[in-house]
Amino acid sequence: MSAADEVANEARPVEATPKRAMTLGIGASLVMLALLIIGPMFVKNFIVFQLTMLLIYALAVLALNILTGGSGQFSLGQSAFYAVGAYTSAILIEHFGVNYALTLPVAGIICFAFGYLFGQPALRLSGIYLALATFALAVAMPQLLKLGVFEHWTGGVQGLVVTKPDAPFGLPISQDRWLYYFTLVVAIGIYIASVNLLKSRSGRAFMAIRDNEIAASAMGVDVALYKTLAFGISAGITGVAGGLGAIAVQFVAPDSYTITLAIALFLGMVVGGVGWLPGSIVGSAFIIFVPNIAEEVSKGLSGAVFGVLLFLVIFLVPHGARQVAMVAQGMLGKLRKG
Amino acid sequence: MTAMLNIKDLRAYYGQVQALHGLEFGLNEGSLTTLLGANGAGKTTTLRAICNMVRSTGSIEFDGASLSGRSTESIVRLGIAHVPQGRGTFTTMTVEENLQLGAITRKDKAGVTSDIERMYDHFPVLKERHTQQAGTLSGGEQQMLAVARALMLRPRLMLLDEPSFGLAPLIVRDLFKILGKINREDKVTILVVEQNAQLALELADKAYVIETGRIVMSGSAAEIAGNEDIRKSYLGY
Amino acid sequence: MELFINQVLAGIATGAIYACMALAVVMIYQAIDHLNFAQGEMAMFSTFIAWQLMQWGVPYWWAFLLTLVFSFAGGIAIERLLFKPLAKAPVLTNVAGFIALFAIVNSVAGLTWDFTIKQFPTPFGSSPFLGSQLISTHQAGMIGVTLGLLILLYLFFQFTRIGLAMRAAAALPESARLVGINTSWMIALGWGMAAAIGAIAGILIAPVVFLEPNMMGGVLIYGFAAAVLGGLSSPLGAVVGGFLVGVFENLVGTYIPGVGNELKLPIALALIITVLVLKPAGLFGRPIVKRV
Repeated sequence: MSAADEVANEARPVEATPKRAMTLGIGASLVMLALLIIGPMFVKNFIVFQLTMLLIYALAVLALNILTGGSGQFSLGQSAFYAVGAYTSAILIEHFGVNYALTLPVAGIICFAFGYLFGQPALRLSGIYLALATFALAVAMPQLLKLGVFEHWTGGVQGLVVTKPDAPFGLPISQDRWLYYFTLVVAIGIYIASVNLLKSRSGRAFMAIRDNEIAASAMGVDVALYKTLAFGISAGITGVAGGLGAIAVQFVAPDSYTITLAIALFLGMVVGGVGWLPGSIVGSAFIIFVPNIAEEVSKGLSGAVFGVLLFLVIFLVPHGARQVAMVAQGMLGKLRKG
Repeated sequence: MTAMLNIKDLRAYYGQVQALHGLEFGLNEGSLTTLLGANGAGKTTTLRAICNMVRSTGSIEFDGASLSGRSTESIVRLGIAHVPQGRGTFTTMTVEENLQLGAITRKDKAGVTSDIERMYDHFPVLKERHTQQAGTLSGGEQQMLAVARALMLRPRLMLLDEPSFGLAPLIVRDLFKILGKINREDKVTILVVEQNAQLALELADKAYVIETGRIVMSGSAAEIAGNEDIRKSYLGY
Repeated sequence: MELFINQVLAGIATGAIYACMALAVVMIYQAIDHLNFAQGEMAMFSTFIAWQLMQWGVPYWWAFLLTLVFSFAGGIAIERLLFKPLAKAPVLTNVAGFIALFAIVNSVAGLTWDFTIKQFPTPFGSSPFLGSQLISTHQAGMIGVTLGLLILLYLFFQFTRIGLAMRAAAALPESARLVGINTSWMIALGWGMAAAIGAIAGILIAPVVFLEPNMMGGVLIYGFAAAVLGGLSSPLGAVVGGFLVGVFENLVGTYIPGVGNELKLPIALALIITVLVLKPAGLFGRPIVKRV
């Protein structure tokens, strides 16, 4: 009795999301897809670039969502995986002349391995401790990238410039548009794979761990394996996003991948709705556009606006965009009946 | 005579699940009442509802004043001590600190000191271990500590949730003897929830039987104990 | 040998900063089971208040006292307004709340007092302490204040009714309510005390790192490292952890070649992770048991 008594009622790391609620219906998916395909045809190159970043960050948020919403583990260290992916792509392109498209799977695999390895010690941590450990990783990463030992490859503090790819086969579209569609294809591929992953046996194992780790292990789920696997997969996807980011921005430098990026991705997940994969793009839009708009209103104000909006989300729609979508769906349903 | 505690149409809910379905009963001042019933009948929920630790509707009156809308701690401050299931011992604190916590709402320092001494008279084993961490006590000793802690409030009403749980029969007898003494000598009204019906009926003067959230039987303890049908169908002995 | 002793001394001096911050971290953690990522920013804001008061001509100690009162009240207000409603929310929501608070406080401080660095006075002077070049009187004063604070906290928690009630509320909230403790206010009180301790930390640190809105970023991370090292449930552990981190950081910088200033922070963080993995409860903490 004595030992068990000491345990305070621990708060859940994340609220459970039922499996079906993690994805989008077919109709809504098609509308979204059409928007993503047609939209960029009519806007300026700079906006196309921003939309590319929107997709890239959405991928990174999605990756975090698989980790947190899927398996219930925190991470404030996604920027580290993003950085490793970005540097992998940049180094392969610039030092080895590898085709940019081929660098992405390499970035993914390297980050998967990195995440899987980091997941090993992280196994023993949960909740706030895991948040702290990953936070530490995110803070340490830029310093590690600056190390003199790697300078020949990483370019040290200066970073590396990455060449922007041209559209292949002489297609008559700008580099920005080409990169957008390239990113879109990768993003859709990863999204579909993620949805299927969560529907699979592994996905069920993730969710069992998220909802009750001890019960999951009692049911025969290899908790250690699946937790590290979740870390690996999440890191792998983040790495691909990082690689795409390096190509889109045409530049990598240690200070582009600070803890601020990790926090932004975390907030993107909260705003999009934890465990709701389509929300990743909403969250991504939040972290890309809100600071820009706030900065235009008044310099230095963006932090405050960001914070206030975040509190509003937490208080009014604690389930983020998922909640908004569900309310909207409910209203639509009523309209149809009425 | 009006009852000290009066419960009418009490309904309690855990999320969407209703656990009590219009419970009604009363406790007279100075009585020692037992609430009997099987696992899941709603005994613990009833006690938790009295202290507003579960969402409930209906009326609960203590000394004619309604308890609804009051916080748990303010209900306790009215003089209702609750010994929860699992005892709620502050395991990392010393025995003496546990007793002081029981009296944390009281302002009379001298009274608290003398009451701690009184508790050591009731439960000599607590005196022996007063500087020990409460988590190192045995189950029976922790139950005594929980009762002593509740008494430190100088309660007018004491609610006990399965005090016999997990204890050896001999220790349970000791404990129940002490409860009877407290009821008679200190004039503390007691409501004890029990699965161990036989023992509880020996101790109590009045008994209620609860099933799926409703009172299905009430009477003097002797009546209930004497009725073989009730014993067989509800109390299982 | 002399180099070693000197470096240890210098480490203790910086360690005092971390110890102070770690103490505030532990206070909040005890009350609400969360790490407040905005703790450093709150401390920074309090320090600006003290600075502003002194700009207006308030004498040092009065400014110090008023700032403590303001911080205590501010901590309680933040809890009541923003975090009490989140008490039952998942950990994740709370973490998001702390980050939001961080952004708001940092931004408001920047808008009010701008981002240029400011000098902050010390009441202890900054001459060498007992003739040592490594420790100034200010740093010695800081160590003294930290230890004094620790003793005060110990006395408060061990020998006052409110301290006992706060410990009970942190250990077992439900049982605490059943003995009549208003646990919700105990949490608010914990926030208030943590904010006040943070203010002391900020005021002591500011003369060393200079006052500006981002002054606490690094310090908070070291504070976390110290708190985790000592065990999040122990104020004594936090202080010892603070000194250990300070000493460790200095020795690593001195004796391991290739570790410049750049790498000190990653090493502190590696320390956090190592401790978390090997001994999650920290050096002084109680082990945590998992319930099925």
